[in-house]
Amino acid sequence: MPPTDTTSPADPLPERAADGTPGKPPTRVPCGIKFEKVVKRFGDNVVLDHLNFEVAAGERVTLIGPSGSGKTTILRLLMTLEHPDGGIIRVGDDPLWHMERGGKLVKANERHLHEMRKRIGMVFQQFNLFPNMNVLRNLTEGPVHVLGLGKDEAVERARGLLDMIGLADKEDAHPTQLSGGQQQRVAIARALAMEPTVLLLDEVTSALDPELVVGVQDLLRDIAANTDVTMLCVTHEMGFAKDISNRVLMFDQGRIVEEGTPEAIFEDPEEDRTREFLSAILAT
Amino acid sequence: MSEVLNSYPQLLRGAWLTIQITLYAAAFALVLAMVFGLLGTARSRLLRAVNRVYVEFFRGIAALVLLYWFFYALPLLGLRFTPLAAAVLAIGLNYGAYGAEVVRGSVNAVPRAQWEAACAINFTPLQRLRRVLLPQAFALMLPPFGNLFIELMKATAGVSLVGIADLTFRAKQIQASTGQTAATFVVILVMYFVIAQALQVLVRLAERRSDRVLGRRLPTRPAPIAATTGEVVSP
Ligand SMILES: Nc1ncnc2c1ncn2[C@@H]1O[C@H](COP(=O)(O)OP(=O)(O)OP(=O)(O)O)[C@@H](O)[C@H]1O
Ligand SMILES: [Mg+2]
Repeated sequence: MPPTDTTSPADPLPERAADGTPGKPPTRVPCGIKFEKVVKRFGDNVVLDHLNFEVAAGERVTLIGPSGSGKTTILRLLMTLEHPDGGIIRVGDDPLWHMERGGKLVKANERHLHEMRKRIGMVFQQFNLFPNMNVLRNLTEGPVHVLGLGKDEAVERARGLLDMIGLADKEDAHPTQLSGGQQQRVAIARALAMEPTVLLLDEVTSALDPELVVGVQDLLRDIAANTDVTMLCVTHEMGFAKDISNRVLMFDQGRIVEEGTPEAIFEDPEEDRTREFLSAILAT
Repeated sequence: MSEVLNSYPQLLRGAWLTIQITLYAAAFALVLAMVFGLLGTARSRLLRAVNRVYVEFFRGIAALVLLYWFFYALPLLGLRFTPLAAAVLAIGLNYGAYGAEVVRGSVNAVPRAQWEAACAINFTPLQRLRRVLLPQAFALMLPPFGNLFIELMKATAGVSLVGIADLTFRAKQIQASTGQTAATFVVILVMYFVIAQALQVLVRLAERRSDRVLGRRLPTRPAPIAATTGEVVSP
């Protein structure tokens, strides 16, 4: 079941029943993202230097920029795979890496991170399906063991997603038996099965053979068109970025050098740095 | 030769004891290896230190020396063990230390991307280990575990030195009573070899199972044509 279908009253996700009105189907609040003076260093290498930006709930934002400009780092900070060295990241209204204790923000513990991760899903460049599980279990493990869904309900949800990604006949297949494009579609479904309100996509088609790119992009176009999930997408495919995103952020050395609608950035960029970068990727 | 073969009931009893000590000690070593090996992958420095102390201590002491301790030294301090228990403890502690290194290395060798994917679907740290990292690490552990298993079986021969009537002990008895040195040792050489082969079969079965779980040696990707047509997303 794609995340549009999230109004089913039987849904046990606690945070969605949080409005506490009994008898009313819980509704999920879409989450925005806010970076406030975020600093990230690797050793002496300052990758993000007091970065500020905001993404509205339900907005689709594409990040572009040269290699090493910090795009992946931004997504990894949001997925809690890296921790920031300074500043505050908010997902929804809550700080991701901090908790409020007595009016002060302190470093988050594992439980807070666990609560916050419920809102966030990520798809990786290299798919990273679990090779010790077949396709169906890749999609049901999270819903069963993290969201607490019943086995049948999780299987039903997984089959709905497999249907959506056009792989209904592959539920018993092993990840190694799928093509790269199929694996990536399963990885997208695995993220959606957790019903995130924010979806992070890091160059999800760049490891694919050219003829397999279209299938994955079409799937993401569908998701963008039919759900209200907030999307943060790193891609160098301009046509695709135009189709799915409301806004493009151009990064260089951990800073936003330019931002605007996809049309404005791709067709009429103002900054030299952006023009340079775009002509460089067009040349490849 | 026939004299030696005529004492087969003794040899079989000795072989049975060798197998028992092997299996008990291996089971004990496996538990120690998992516990201390996983401590070695923990984030806490203290837990990692516990792993180091165990591994360095028990890896550095010969199983035979440990056995002497359990047999002769500890009873002086009032700690007594049955001969079988002493043998299992000594060999298990020693091989558990080697095994712990195998476990630690295998868990650390699972690609970090798997840990990240497990994190991204919001598994708790324990679930990441149990549902993602360990099942994949098992496949890496099995070949070195197979080696250790056979090493351990061979090391049980040392228990004959403290008077436990294992296969080697029986062979020495038979050799003494028949005077057939060559024949006796040919026979037990074959018997140890057969036991080792039987253990090897167990390990192979486990390896085959883990290959299946990880989808190795399956018919991989569909034929190229099927792959491209399979890419069309049905709406
Ligand atoms: N784990 C790490 N350890 C050390 N340095 C790192 C690490 N991860 C990233 N970096 C550094 O951080 C900087 C930003 O890297 P990041 O992966 O975010 O760039 P990117 O914009 O995603 O680039 P690309 O387009 O090549 O994927 C680079 O200079 C990189 O070398
Ligand atoms: Mg990157």
